[in-house]
Amino acid sequence: MTPHVILRTHNLSKKYKDRWAVRNLSLEVHRGDIFGFLGPNGAGKSTTIRMILSLIRPTEGRVELFGYDLKSHRSKALSSVGGIVEKPDFYSYLSAVRNLDLIGSLNGGVEKKRILEVLDVVGLSGRGGDKVKTFSHGMKQRLGIAQALLSDPELVVLDEPTSGLDPQGMKEVRQLILHLAKEQKKTVFLSSHLLNEIELVANRMAIINKGELVVQGEVKALLDEGGRYVVVEGEPKAKIKAVLKKNKKLLEGFTERDGSFDVKMDFDDVPMLNNALVKAGVRVTALVPRRSLEDFFLSITENQGKV
Amino acid sequence: MSLIPEFFRLLRVEMVKTFLKKRTYLGFLIILLIVPLVEIALKIEGGRFLRMAMRGIAQDFILLGNVFNGWFVSLQIMNSLWIQIPILISFVAGDQLAGEATGGTYRLLLIRPVSRTKIFLAKYLTTVLYVVLFVTFLGVLSVGLALLLLGSGDMIVLQQGILVLPESDVAWRFVMAYILAAWSMTTVASIGFLFSSFVENAIGPIVGTMGVIIVLTIITVIPVETFSGIREYLFTYHMASWQKMFADPVPWGDIRSSVLNLAGYIIATLTAAWIIFVRKDVLS
Ligand SMILES: Nc1ncnc2c1ncn2[C@@H]1O[C@H](COP(=O)(O)OP(=O)(O)OP(=O)(O)O)[C@@H](O)[C@H]1O
Ligand SMILES: [Mg+2]
Repeated sequence: MTPHVILRTHNLSKKYKDRWAVRNLSLEVHRGDIFGFLGPNGAGKSTTIRMILSLIRPTEGRVELFGYDLKSHRSKALSSVGGIVEKPDFYSYLSAVRNLDLIGSLNGGVEKKRILEVLDVVGLSGRGGDKVKTFSHGMKQRLGIAQALLSDPELVVLDEPTSGLDPQGMKEVRQLILHLAKEQKKTVFLSSHLLNEIELVANRMAIINKGELVVQGEVKALLDEGGRYVVVEGEPKAKIKAVLKKNKKLLEGFTERDGSFDVKMDFDDVPMLNNALVKAGVRVTALVPRRSLEDFFLSITENQGKV
Repeated sequence: MSLIPEFFRLLRVEMVKTFLKKRTYLGFLIILLIVPLVEIALKIEGGRFLRMAMRGIAQDFILLGNVFNGWFVSLQIMNSLWIQIPILISFVAGDQLAGEATGGTYRLLLIRPVSRTKIFLAKYLTTVLYVVLFVTFLGVLSVGLALLLLGSGDMIVLQQGILVLPESDVAWRFVMAYILAAWSMTTVASIGFLFSSFVENAIGPIVGTMGVIIVLTIITVIPVETFSGIREYLFTYHMASWQKMFADPVPWGDIRSSVLNLAGYIIATLTAAWIIFVRKDVLS
């Protein structure tokens, strides 16, 4: 039996000089997860991924992959892991195909057919013969993903794979990640500094800030945890208040703040609320669904800049 | 899964990377330009060069036959290029590890289910192969072309006094000299490799290697008493042991101790580089 937990970190910590980049981080990634690893810039995402992929050694704690300790059983632990850390760099004087051929060799060898296959998956079919130095950043990012998938690993670790991609490219990558998990039964560990991006694909997630774990769990549960609410703005305020009071059964409650209303409610009922407000003669200027996790993450990100 | 054993696959990876890189051929290109240039010039100049070199020492010597020949010129070439070759070697050896750091490709290479030790060995063997090919190229080109242009004959050696080696006694000495030269250059490459393991830029390993060679060479040749005790332990003292192949009789004992001294440097630098490499935090 292969273990249910594919990737586990135990109190993983990394200190650079006198600063902890990652501190006591314990993560659990389950088989089949698309695990979102969320944190603002400098939170320690890449540092964590470097430790998971054995590029740097933890100051404290350890990494376990497929039940193998990374330090003592490195090759076994990494045998079914593909990944990309930070910006995608390649042997720029070699062609994309040649790069993939060499990388494949390091993973036990791959066939030419497979190389062309992964190039196709990331939309680089026509450019395989070109030297990587002629690639744009987005193309290298795609090649980075191709490289991570090359040996058909069970666990794919992607460090901000959509950074530098155009909106279409971002969407394609998201679809690819979903495809990998659903159709190919892969486990994906995905870092990002955008909650929205994680929400679109991940089923489980962890938030990290200043190197420390803030929260970890099911994406849905976390998003709902602190409740969700709709910000209502419009004129006149008295009429809004009246409508909100009248619909007590549907709305879980509301608070007035800076001239707008935070209404706790199911997002499915937003059109209904809108209707009621308009009928009551309110000129609605905004109806914004918000979640407290979003606010919470935003506050982390905002504070980040000040520290 | 491929049937080729893992280590050969790694070796192929490193060779492809090295031998498809332009910088690998820079040394070859320079040699390819300089050697014919010098040898053709010497052919045109004729024996004037030899007469100048021998002025004073051997005015009364009567030399029979063609002594300004390919053998003589080959030795001059080897002697004068000897200073530049280490730069060309460190150019490639110093890039083996540092190049991956500057290119960001450590992040591609060192996340594979292959031990760093094996990658290290594959890289080092590739470097040694480069050294052997380079020194062989230099030898074949310079001796071959010189013989073609200037013909064969007895070889005159101007080291300590004048030595004339009979034509039949020369070729094997060149072969041995080039083998010893390759060994010296392997030492240089190993030093370059050591710098390459911890200096993370393109020029550092070259500067480091040349710096060490220059400083130690100065200590080796400067006639100061203080240094006399350590001199013979420095690899620079032993690097030119190939020259002893043109003494008669060949001082095999000296050559043997030089080979061993260089081996000591190779093992020491390689061990240090290996320890640094496997323990390294990849932050590039
Ligand atoms: N080589 C290094 N030397 C010293 N400190 C470092 C080094 N690399 C990263 N750090 C520090 O470690 C912390 C975490 O950095 P890390 O790159 O892991 O963040 P991140 O979450 O990946 O950020 P981003 O979203 O910008 O990619 C930061 O405070 C950073 O300054
Ligand atoms: Mg990062």
